Parts: sequence; structure tokens; C-alpha cells
Amino acid sequence: MRNNQPLRDVSPTRRMTAALLWMVGLLLLAGMTLIFVPQASAQNPTPPPAISDDQVNAIAKEMYCPVCENTPLDVCPTQACAEWRELIREKLAEGWSEAQIKQYFVDRFGDRVLATPPARGLNWLVYVIPPIAILLGVFLLYSAFRAWRRSAPPPAQASPPAAGSAPASDEYVRRLEEELRNR
Amino acid sequence: MLANFGFGALLITLLISLYGIGAAIYGVRRNQPAWVESARLAMLLTFPLISVVALSLIVLLVSGHYELEFVSSVTSNSMPIYLRITALWGGQAGSLVFWSWLMSAFATAVTLRRWDRDREFLPWVIVVSLITLAFFLILTIFFENPFERIWRAPNGQFIVAMFQPAGASLAMMRDGQGLNPLLRHPGMIIHPPMLYLGFVSFVIPYAFAIAALITGRTDDRWIRITRRWALVAWLFLSLGLILGGRWAYDVLGWGGYWGWDPVEIAAFMPWLTGTAFLHSVMIQEKRGMLKHWNMVLIILTYCLVIFGTFLTRSGVLSSVHAFAQSAIGPMFFGFIGLTFIASLYLLMQRWDSLKADTHMTSMLSREALFLLNNLLFMSILVVCFWGVMFPLISELFTNQKVTVGPPFYERATAPLFAGLLLLMGVAPLSAWRHSTAKTLGRAIWKPFIFSLLVGVLLPLALGVRHWAALLGFWLSAFVASVTLYEFWRGALARRRKSGENLALALWRLAGRNRRRYGGYVIHLGVVLMAIGIIGIEMFQTETQGTIPRGGSLSLRDYTVTYQSLAMFDTPDGRNVARAVLSVEKNGQYVGELHPRRDYYFESQQPMTIPGVRSTMEDDLYVLLVDWMPVSSQGATFKIYHNPLVNWLWLGGLVFILGTLIAAWPEKDPEEAVERAPRSAYAGAQV
Repeated sequence: MRNNQPLRDVSPTRRMTAALLWMVGLLLLAGMTLIFVPQASAQNPTPPPAISDDQVNAIAKEMYCPVCENTPLDVCPTQACAEWRELIREKLAEGWSEAQIKQYFVDRFGDRVLATPPARGLNWLVYVIPPIAILLGVFLLYSAFRAWRRSAPPPAQASPPAAGSAPASDEYVRRLEEELRNR
Repeated sequence: MLANFGFGALLITLLISLYGIGAAIYGVRRNQPAWVESARLAMLLTFPLISVVALSLIVLLVSGHYELEFVSSVTSNSMPIYLRITALWGGQAGSLVFWSWLMSAFATAVTLRRWDRDREFLPWVIVVSLITLAFFLILTIFFENPFERIWRAPNGQFIVAMFQPAGASLAMMRDGQGLNPLLRHPGMIIHPPMLYLGFVSFVIPYAFAIAALITGRTDDRWIRITRRWALVAWLFLSLGLILGGRWAYDVLGWGGYWGWDPVEIAAFMPWLTGTAFLHSVMIQEKRGMLKHWNMVLIILTYCLVIFGTFLTRSGVLSSVHAFAQSAIGPMFFGFIGLTFIASLYLLMQRWDSLKADTHMTSMLSREALFLLNNLLFMSILVVCFWGVMFPLISELFTNQKVTVGPPFYERATAPLFAGLLLLMGVAPLSAWRHSTAKTLGRAIWKPFIFSLLVGVLLPLALGVRHWAALLGFWLSAFVASVTLYEFWRGALARRRKSGENLALALWRLAGRNRRRYGGYVIHLGVVLMAIGIIGIEMFQTETQGTIPRGGSLSLRDYTVTYQSLAMFDTPDGRNVARAVLSVEKNGQYVGELHPRRDYYFESQQPMTIPGVRSTMEDDLYVLLVDWMPVSSQGATFKIYHNPLVNWLWLGGLVFILGTLIAAWPEKDPEEAVERAPRSAYAGAQV
């Protein structure tokens, strides 16, 4: 609209918002990429002779049996799951690592025994689609903000009357009144 | 025969609904109000008719007519009366009847409102409600008929059919299989009706939105009419989710309250869009913006309501292939697709008339922050939707089932939830229309400093070192400080102006805008829930061990000692193994716990009931995992230490209280606002 307006109008507010939006975006991205970080499996070279229930459960917690839907293996009360846990115990006693044990179950029963799909093949989509969709949302919102900003009329009617000189509390009362009124 | 009677009533209801749809459309097209009135009466009639259907079914359930396949699958002789009644929603077919019943009740309630100023909406609200109702009735009649009976063919085979097959005789069953024991818990008895109430009451705002699109009356009238409906829907949905969490904690025996199970997510998704909707309609009411977006949100919410019912009811989750074979799945799929496309088409038609009245002027204004809030809610929705859909897609294309479990959802949504908390702290302090970094900063610094003291220094002093937990506690403290500060500032300002004492000022202030201050109470509830969630998610510890009688297990400050184990049968068909444990905290005896394992003979299902010692500080949650044949030899226990989890339930109560405040009926508020000039209204209230 006005040529000189935008120059003056690159206000701290606007820059802050852009920064805020970017931050949100980056935050999202960071959160998402966390998914990719493979879980460090604690290797235990010399397993103690007796394997405790807690050691078994630590692994079972991250697995699902193919029969009981959506019940983690460590808490599933069925007989089949109890046998699986015994199997984990035996493998641990034989000195297998957590990764090896998980792979053993994957080989026998498929990827569904893992709590999250391994990132390969089609499964990549699990991890890729949400960040893309979210970043797209951030982008859409950002461009909408920009468009609004450009087409916005000069903020004449928006500026509060004598806000600069009035004490903050009066400004607050005025605003509160207005907000409570217009409902 | 009562089954035939009920089925007949079901058929008549469907016919009446179809008639109502036709009459409403005909009446509005030909401009003949008599037809619309006839359609309205048809909608009113559906409620008593479905009540007859539902009551017949309840009588059949209570009186043990096990020749009905549905009755025998969810009830048995050993079940008490109240469980037989609630078995109505314990199985597929009955729950569809129940859904229709509630749907019709809400549709009736909305028909009875005064329509004088909204005549043009009426026919289309009727059409949308009745189409939804008819869809569920068709599912019930043709695919999931609860009145189907079991017949014995001459060759001895059992046949399930509504009407007598040639030569077959009715199979006389003495007993049924009984309700799934997991569903016999009080939480599970109340939880489905709450969810369904939430689901069906979201249909009403959607119906008005569609009516607004069709009639072209696209101002914010539809939003003002349905504001309370949306809040009530949201109240029930929230209540359903919270009760579901409590139920999981009490009976599922895995020490948690939320497992990111697809069934849970199915109910969570419409809640997400509904929450986004409740926030973003305020922008339309105040600023006349985002009219398209609000339409999209309510359409999404409606489709997710149907989708949620579809996910839980079609069997698609256990296997895509089973879904493809059953007829109910494709029906749902088609219905969701059709309604979604038709709604979007209508929206496109009215796109131009939904242009915003004003523009966004400041990126730190309340409306801009609400938009960010919407973005975050939508992002969580994307994560949830994709997490639920991906295993289905994977199975469809690669024939390989995969599990998308809690780790996926937790990692993906945790930053989003944190972002929401941050917004919840900042947004109440920003002004509508115009807000600058300076004004915002001036409002924010006091609660900010306070929240650092309470949310960071206090946990640090108490020994919390984990950065994510500290961040979470700080965010919670920040939201709480800002919210309380808002109450405090408002009450102070009011006292200065009117001279009322502080308590009265606070009371009247909240009374003047219940939605605003109810909303703040909801925020406080969320904070309490967040504290509980941080506590259990980040600091839960567990141990498991097999101990002989007299032996002990220790976890944190607690030591539990195995005293005895008793096994006995109960009259309602269970074999119970109940352990007695004594609990010591820091060496001090604090009581006994009785974890049990109930084995249900009828359904051959075990159920693990935890023994829980619950305080505001932490829960000690003990499960009986296993025991030796000679119980004195030993038993296996699993112990969870769940810090702060009670804050979650407390927060849930506050949350519901806040929603009640926000939704509490005033003297027909929309009428009052419309009739009285604004200033007079404000004056009258003071």
C-alpha cells in the first residue's frame, strides 16, 4: 500500500514474531529428529550369573508380543508372554546383548514386536511425514502472517488512546473492561 | 416377542429419519414451512422410538434372553442387574444402539430450542442430524443387529439370524459368556457414555456450521448458538478421557494411565480439534477473522468423531484384512469420505462470503498466539493420526504389521505439549488486536520471576536435576503464576473501581465472563495434570522380584513384606488370589496392600488388580505377577513408584470444574447478548 510504511514497520515485534516462528519450527524439528537417534543399548560383556526380573523387564518393556494387542511385554499377564520373558532371561544368561535379543524376536515374529518400527523401507514414512506436515503448517502460518501484515490498514484505530502517558494499571482496566464487554 | 418388537421399532425409526431428511429438503426447496415442521416432528419422534428400541434391548439383557446372540455375548447369570444394564454398551451392536439413542436425544434437545430468529437453519440442522442418525441406524439394522437370535438347524448347526431359518428352532441357552471382566469396573461403566456424549454433542455445532454454509448466513451466528454445545461436547469428551485414564490405572495393571493405544487416540483426536476450535472461535467472535478455519475445524472434528467410532468399532485395528471382509468398515469409510468431501465442497462454495472483517495487526496479539496454539494442536493431531494410520498402511502395502508405540508419540508430542504450555502462559497476558513486545514484557515479568523461583529453584532444592523435568516444572509454574496473576489483577482492578472486597470482586469478575475465567480454571487444571504427568513419566521407577513369605522387596523409600496369600472362589464366578503385603516407608509401618489376580471362569480371562497406596507425594503401586504352587514358597510382585501421579487426578477434577464454570447456563445468554445493547448489558451485570 504505502511504500515507506514497511520500512518503518519492520518493528521489533515483527522480527520477534519471525524469530518466534522459526524457534517453534526448529523446536519441532529437534523434537522430531530425536526419534532418529537410535537407542543406545547397554552392552553387558560379563553378565551376572542370575538374571533379575528387572533386567528382563528393561528389555521386555520395549517389546510387544504379536498376540496381545498394544500390551507391552513386561506387563502382559498371559502365559505366552511369561514364556517370552523366560526366553529373554535365558538369552541374557547366555550373554546376549539387548540388540541381539530384540533382533532374535524380530527375525522370528516380524517388526511388530518392537515398540516403534525400525527406520527402513516404507517405515521411514513414520518418521518423515509428521515433521514435514508440521513444517508445512509453520510455513503456511508464517506466510499468512506476512500476507496479513502487508494488507493490514495503518494501525490508527488499533492504537490505544493515550496509552503511553496513562499508568499501566489504567490501561489494564480499560482493556479488561473491553474484553469482558465484547463477548 | 420383544426382540421382534425392538427390531420393528428400529426399522420404523430409520424410516422416520429418512422421511425427515426428505421432508426437510423438500420443504426448504419448495419454500413450504409445513414440510419443515413435519421434518422437525419426525426428528422429535425418533427419540421416543429409539428409547423403545434401547429399553427393549435392556429388558432382554436384564431378563437373560440368551437366545439373542448379543445378550449371550455380554451378559451371564452371575452378573448383577446394574452390570446387565450397562452391558448395553459393552458390545459392538448394543453400543451402536446406544450411540443412536444419545444422538437422537441431543437432536431432540436442539429441536426444542426457540427457533424464531434462526428459522433458516432449522431444516439443515435437521438434515445433518438425521443423516448422521440414519447412518448409525443402517449400520445397526443391516450389519450389527443386536436382536439377532441363535437358531439350531436340523443338522445341529447353530445359525445366527434375525428371522427363523427354514426348519431351524430357537436355541435355548441357559447362560451367556458374560461381560469382558475388564469392562466391569465403574470407570468403564461411565467412561463410554461420557465419550459417546462428547461425540454426539459435537454433531450439533457441525450441523449448524453446515446449515450456515448452505443458507449463506455465514456471520458468527452459528458459533454463538452452538458455543455452549461445543463446550458441553468438550466437557464430556474430556471427562471420558480422564475417566478412561483412571480406569487404565486402576485395572489394566501396567502402572500407567495412558498407553497411546489406538483406541485411546481415537477419542483423543476429536478432542484435539475440538480444543483448537474452542480457542479459535473466540478470534472470530472478537475480531471477525478465521471464518474459514473455524469451519475446517468443526468439519474435522465431526469427521474425527465418526472416524473414532469407526476405529474402535470396525475391527480395523486388529487387522486391515479383517476390516476389508466385514461390511461395517467400508460403510464407515465411505460415510466419512462422503461427509468430508461434501462439507469441503460447501465450504468452497461459500469461500468468498467468509472473508475476514478485519486483519491481523500484531504478531504478538492474542489472536496471533491463538493461531500458534491451533498450529500446535494440529501438529499433535498429525502425529496421532499418522501413528494410528501407519500400521494399517504398512499392513496394506507390505503385509507386514508394525507397532507404533508410546516411544514414538512421546518423543514427537512432548515438545509440542511444552509449546502449548508456554503459549498458555503468554497468551492470557497479550491483548487482542494490538500487543507489542514492550506491553507484553511489562505484563509478564512479575509472573515470570515468580515462576523461576517456584518452578526451577524449588525443584532444584528438592533434588531434581533432569533438564526436561525442570523445563516442565518451570512451564507449569509459569502458567500457574500467569493465571493466578490474571485473577489477582482483575480482582484488584475491580476492587479499586467498585470498592468491593477482594473475594466479592473476584467472584463478580468471574461471573461477568464465565467462559474466560472458566477457561483460566481449566488452564490451572492442565497445570496440575502436567505436574502429575511429569512426575510419573520422568520419575517412575519399578522393580520386580520373587520373594518367600516373610521376604521383602525395596523400592525408593518403601519396603514391602510378603505376609500371606489366599485363594478363594467368589459367587460371581471368579477365582481370586489375594496377597497381603505390609508396607514400610523409611522403616515406618504405613499399612497393608492387597494386590490380587482375579480369574474369570466364564471368559477364562485373568485380571490384575493392583494394590495402591496413594498420597499427594507418590503412589506405591504393587502388582501380583505370579505365585508358586505352594503359595508359602513365594510369590512374584512388581512394584511401581509413581511420584506425583495424584496431581493428575486432582488436575482432572479442577479441569472439569473449570469446564462446568465456562459452560454453566446463564439466563439464555445468547438471547440476552443479542437483545440488550452491549453497554446496557454490561451495566446490568455490574
